[in-house]
Amino acid sequence: MMLRTLTIALLLGLSLGAQAGNVEPREFDSREQEENYQELIEELRCLVCMNQNIADSNAELAQDLRRETYKMVRAGKSKDEITDFMVDRYGDFVMYSPPVKSTTILLWTGPFILMFAGVFIAFRQVRKNAASHGSDELSNEEQERLRSILAEREGEEKK
Amino acid sequence: MSKRALIPLGIFLLLVLLLGRGLYLDPRKLDSVLIDKPVPVFDLATVNNPETRLTNKDLSKDVSMFNVWASWCVSCRQEHPILVELSRHKLVPIYGLNYKDTRKEATGWLDKLGDPYIASAFDEDGRVGIDFGVYGVPETFVVDKKGIIRYKHVGPIDPNSWKETLLPIIEKLRAEQ
Repeated sequence: MMLRTLTIALLLGLSLGAQAGNVEPREFDSREQEENYQELIEELRCLVCMNQNIADSNAELAQDLRRETYKMVRAGKSKDEITDFMVDRYGDFVMYSPPVKSTTILLWTGPFILMFAGVFIAFRQVRKNAASHGSDELSNEEQERLRSILAEREGEEKK
Repeated sequence: MSKRALIPLGIFLLLVLLLGRGLYLDPRKLDSVLIDKPVPVFDLATVNNPETRLTNKDLSKDVSMFNVWASWCVSCRQEHPILVELSRHKLVPIYGLNYKDTRKEATGWLDKLGDPYIASAFDEDGRVGIDFGVYGVPETFVVDKKGIIRYKHVGPIDPNSWKETLLPIIEKLRAEQ
């Protein structure tokens, strides 16, 4: 039992190491360069495996783009310059987080708008229900119905 | 039944239209951001002859097609007979970008299946492909007389795409000044 727990713990621990960036060992001139590189490869999308960033993807294009990113980082290019380089060639889609532009504003705000609309409608419904059923008295409509039902039954009983 | 009950139905029908349209779209086909931009600058040796070179300037003379291909690419084999036919009938000049291949395998492939290209640039490490925004082979660019990219076709060219999309675009570009 103990041995099994230890084995699982060991395997999990080893697999954590495999997630940290990618396989190629890279050298950098500064801590900042290294951070920029890591951030960039996590922000750029792999266009072959489109739901991965190039940090995680094993596709050849991802390797090529990591290589280019590395070369540019070592050459002293800023994160913005490198992102522009990629977007100039592959479009906004290469950015894993789409930029907030006039074309993407609906994408970013849509879920929030829908959520607030939903909450607003639900709120109104609850308020309306509370208003008519909150009191122990019957609403006007319900009083009318009660009167007509009672009148019918009276009519039947008299027969 | 009150009219308010029709609102969810209306929203549902709208969703049906939207999602139905989506079923016919291919998310893997990205629009090229190079449309209406000049062909990226490049200067590579040709596949068949390391002494000759193919550059972006060669694509600025006539309306042409620039086809990205590789011997390891199965879809390229699929479209290849069409390219060979087009070049046989001289319908449009076709230049090639041999992407991430070896000379030996690339030339062997062309010898076996036919060579439709006026010349093919040898892009061994794919660096020029990156400048063209290549993300999957085959891809074909239609370039106008001034060397501006006007259209990109992702995936193999099939007879339908040629007849209904590519040929009309090429004819339109030829008619331009």
